[in-house]
Amino acid sequence: MPSRGSTIWRILGPQIFVCLGGAAAALADPAPPLSPTNIFAPASTPAKSIFGLSLFVLSVTGAIFLIVFGLLLYSIVKFRRRKNDDGREPPQVYGSNQVELAWTVIPVLIVVALFMATARVIATIQKAAQPDNAIAVVAIGHQFWWEYRYPALGVVTANELHVPVSDDSHPTPTFIKLLSADTDHSFWIPRLGGKTDLIPNHPNSMWIDPHETGLYLGQCAQYCGTQHAKMLLRVYVQSQDDFARWIQEQRQPAIIGSAVSQGQRIFETTACINCHAVAGTVANGRFGPDLTHLMSRDTIAAGAASNTPENLRQWILNPAVIKPGSLMPAMQLSDPELDALTAYLETLR
Amino acid sequence: MSTESIAWPSTGAASPTFVDHLHEWVTTVDHKRLGILYIIYALVFLVIGGVEATVMRIQLIRPHYDFVSPQVFNRMFTMHGTTMIFFVAMPVLFGFANYLIPLMIGARDMAFPRLNAFGFWMTAFGGLLLYFSLVGANGLYGAGNAPDVGWFAYAPLTARTFSVGHSTDFWTLSLLVSGFGSISTAINIVTTVFCMRCPGMTLSKMPLYAWLNLIMAGLVILAVSPLTAAQIMLLLDRYLGAHFFDTQAGGSAVIWMHFFWIFGHPEVYVLVLPAFAFASEIIPVFSRKAIFGYPVMVGATVAIGFISMSVWAHHMFTVGMGANANTFFVISTMAIAVPTGIKIFNWLGTMWGGKILFKTPMLFCIAFLFQFLTAGLTGVMLSAAPFDWQLGNSYFVVAHFHYVIVGGILFCLFGAFYYWFPKMSGKMYNEALGKLHFWLFLIGFHLTFDFMHVPGLLGMPRRIYTYEPGRGWDTWNLIVTIGVFFQAAGILVFIGNLLWSYYRGKTAGSDPWDAWTLEWSTNSPPPAYNFAVIPTVKSRRPLWDLKHPDDPDWKYE
Amino acid sequence: MTTTSLTLPRTEPEWRLPSRGRVGMFALIGAEAAIFTIFVVAYLFYVGKSLSGPTPREVLSPPIFYTVCLLSSSLTIHFASRSLRRANIRSFGAWWLLTIVLGAVFLYGTASEWHRLIYKEGLTISTNLFGTTYYSLVGLHGFHVVVGLICLSTVMVFTVFGDVKQEHAERIDVLSLYWHFVDAVWIVVFTVVYVVGR
Repeated sequence: MPSRGSTIWRILGPQIFVCLGGAAAALADPAPPLSPTNIFAPASTPAKSIFGLSLFVLSVTGAIFLIVFGLLLYSIVKFRRRKNDDGREPPQVYGSNQVELAWTVIPVLIVVALFMATARVIATIQKAAQPDNAIAVVAIGHQFWWEYRYPALGVVTANELHVPVSDDSHPTPTFIKLLSADTDHSFWIPRLGGKTDLIPNHPNSMWIDPHETGLYLGQCAQYCGTQHAKMLLRVYVQSQDDFARWIQEQRQPAIIGSAVSQGQRIFETTACINCHAVAGTVANGRFGPDLTHLMSRDTIAAGAASNTPENLRQWILNPAVIKPGSLMPAMQLSDPELDALTAYLETLR
Repeated sequence: MSTESIAWPSTGAASPTFVDHLHEWVTTVDHKRLGILYIIYALVFLVIGGVEATVMRIQLIRPHYDFVSPQVFNRMFTMHGTTMIFFVAMPVLFGFANYLIPLMIGARDMAFPRLNAFGFWMTAFGGLLLYFSLVGANGLYGAGNAPDVGWFAYAPLTARTFSVGHSTDFWTLSLLVSGFGSISTAINIVTTVFCMRCPGMTLSKMPLYAWLNLIMAGLVILAVSPLTAAQIMLLLDRYLGAHFFDTQAGGSAVIWMHFFWIFGHPEVYVLVLPAFAFASEIIPVFSRKAIFGYPVMVGATVAIGFISMSVWAHHMFTVGMGANANTFFVISTMAIAVPTGIKIFNWLGTMWGGKILFKTPMLFCIAFLFQFLTAGLTGVMLSAAPFDWQLGNSYFVVAHFHYVIVGGILFCLFGAFYYWFPKMSGKMYNEALGKLHFWLFLIGFHLTFDFMHVPGLLGMPRRIYTYEPGRGWDTWNLIVTIGVFFQAAGILVFIGNLLWSYYRGKTAGSDPWDAWTLEWSTNSPPPAYNFAVIPTVKSRRPLWDLKHPDDPDWKYE
Repeated sequence: MTTTSLTLPRTEPEWRLPSRGRVGMFALIGAEAAIFTIFVVAYLFYVGKSLSGPTPREVLSPPIFYTVCLLSSSLTIHFASRSLRRANIRSFGAWWLLTIVLGAVFLYGTASEWHRLIYKEGLTISTNLFGTTYYSLVGLHGFHVVVGLICLSTVMVFTVFGDVKQEHAERIDVLSLYWHFVDAVWIVVFTVVYVVGR
């Protein structure tokens, strides 16, 4: 039988290592490349407020952990039955009112402190007023893609959200209204803010003000059905100029050539237009993503595949290969039809 | 010593056949037999639930792996959660309660023995109904299989439109049926504790085990009923065109969440209070001291019971309830940490100044103390709502609640198995195998659930059948999966030990641990009538009084 | 030799515990109260939120007579119980029967109201949120009345066969507790549906 001392370390060693290792790994290197979705690498005010609160909470709980852990460890080492024990029962102590009072009052005080810090951050984030120059976006969750509308700017797009960078001296936050067309979803970009759910018949709102340009990743965080796992999020934070240019491009209808291509004809006469819209043509479906500027996106199928002609063709041929359970049906088109259709879609810049 | 508790008539009739034994067990109303039935039932489903978890962990061992399809994965997490909560944890805890409470309070059986049997068979049938969905949910249109809506089945995913076939109906019905079983057992426990105590055993002289199960039963009565109501509403929606959760007709998806979590949060206290009860019996015996602060332990538990009914919406911080509601649930949730912490300190106080014996039951309870401390602290992190806006619905939450349920509850349960196995079977388990089980499971538990916190901190949501590479989640998921195999090995050793010891173990005698509560005063296993003479008690530790007549507890309590 | 009977002084207080039937019934009532609470909460939450269809004000009229019947049945069951305690089986039987009749009249009232609502006013459980919450809440209560009547009728049958005696008074009391609970729930349901919700 192992000696008491080594027994103790073998119980506790894994605990200690993992806690310290995990904490260090997560906290020590806050910026990517550890992870593009690290909650400890905030790049926007809500995420930063949460980060500040989390440091406070972690310090308090960490201190409690060390103290109580230490006491527990001490007790099982110091009060273990020794080999030369005389077999008599130790003094029976039934309780102590002073001790009970102490370890009631101190936790209550700790709870009060934690609560006040938390309440302040809740108010900062949830009661923030929407300034006039905020970009207003309406995000509508679908099974299994994201619809984005910029009502004031006249833009409708899907899956890849573009927002302007915000400077603390001239903040231009983006306020997002969250709706759902079917079941519950949740919008979560860890580096930009906490998650907020999209619930049908229960509009929610959230805001972000990213401080650095770049691409921010996330994904749906509320189980919404078969392909919940591939309802990915991509937020492109751009400079004011780039953002304005993107808006301008997105507002244009699809560039229509003088001749209607074969691909366009296939698109408009098969079931495609039941679900999809292409501004400036007869296609006006709203069930699926708007395809007017499909080629301006890096990915298709809500991030499930990169936007290449091969993937696009595969997607139309049989979506289940890329995203089984997606609500897009396999279109049962012949090879020449597929080629033509893909070529048409490739023109939708 | 005979392990038969029924005397067969000596008329020269043939000795009991297998069918006779089966009949005895199926028609029994004896609390000890029903307790064992519950426990064995739970162990079978523990293995099934464990297999479901293993399938999920293999699928997540690396990104874009295709061990199973998304449809199968989604069924796995739904079935794993539902099975583990309703057909493992609740039955095994009810089983122990059934077995131990009458013995501990000096009674011959539970208050309502037939209701007891009814409760068991309802629970058992509920579990079979859930698994019947694998074959029966296809219905007329070929859609449907095991339920895949998650164990909390958020609306409107459960509406007819989004959940075709009958899988959701099997989920609903099985919980409805087993819910009636749970409520029956809870009524039985409450009545037994109030009405069947032996002379001299006032409520303040009951073992803490009886107190904690009493409060647990009260919570079941108040909390499982809302779930029953919600299930009825869901069935009305799906079959009679009602609109409780029909968002298209003005209904609310959020109200399902409220109703579910009004059940769901007290439910976790239903699971943890009996675990605390095990610890409160085992730790004193293996520290050779009375429990520190008995009245405070009772008071803290009552406080936990009350407060637990007011914290439910901390599962809904991201739903958009508004700042004021969020703030309220922060304070109520943080408040419950206070009595819970007090209990940890009291267990510490029990060990302090004692003479700790590191037998298998105590090893599991010591690990419970460290692990429950950690789990409670990650709970405090989650209670800070803005922090929860990041951590919620991610693998951090999955790690937190498994830390409580596996690291806290299951560890105490293992401790309880080893502690009371000698009483229930009359045999001692093998101590070396017990320790092997402990180490294997400890290593596996920590590999899996310590490291599971990290992907959550790095943005990995829960309930995803696969994940993208390049998010920094890969290595952590691999380590998490490896831990599963250690845990599985531990469980195999555990079951092997139970079986081997039952047939080949040394005779245990009535009191192998030199313990102090009434169950140790009768034979192992107890006869059908429990006690030859109903005892009269004067203190919380009647056997201490008998063993120390010069220094009895009642002089000091 | 004479024997003197020796009475030992009672040094310990008598060990009294509450009756199992009562405690069990209170626990059951607690569980049922929790179920009803959820349906009441749903009713109140959805007041005024229907998107279409008849509103409570348009179609509901408070069933005063039937309510009086049901609440009186609490009184009659109390008298029945009292009679049984005094071993007056005949009187018990009469009051018990009256309780059942009053309960049945109440059910008839609910049934006829539903008939009117469905066929004349076009309100069903699927019409709108009001229909959903109304039928489920009133229906859940009605279901409990039905269960109660089945239990009461069973006792009636035993009474007719002469099997119910004074020693069963405690059990009859426990059953009456259930019946009183059903009536108390009706007070709440009535207030919520016909007063607050209109």
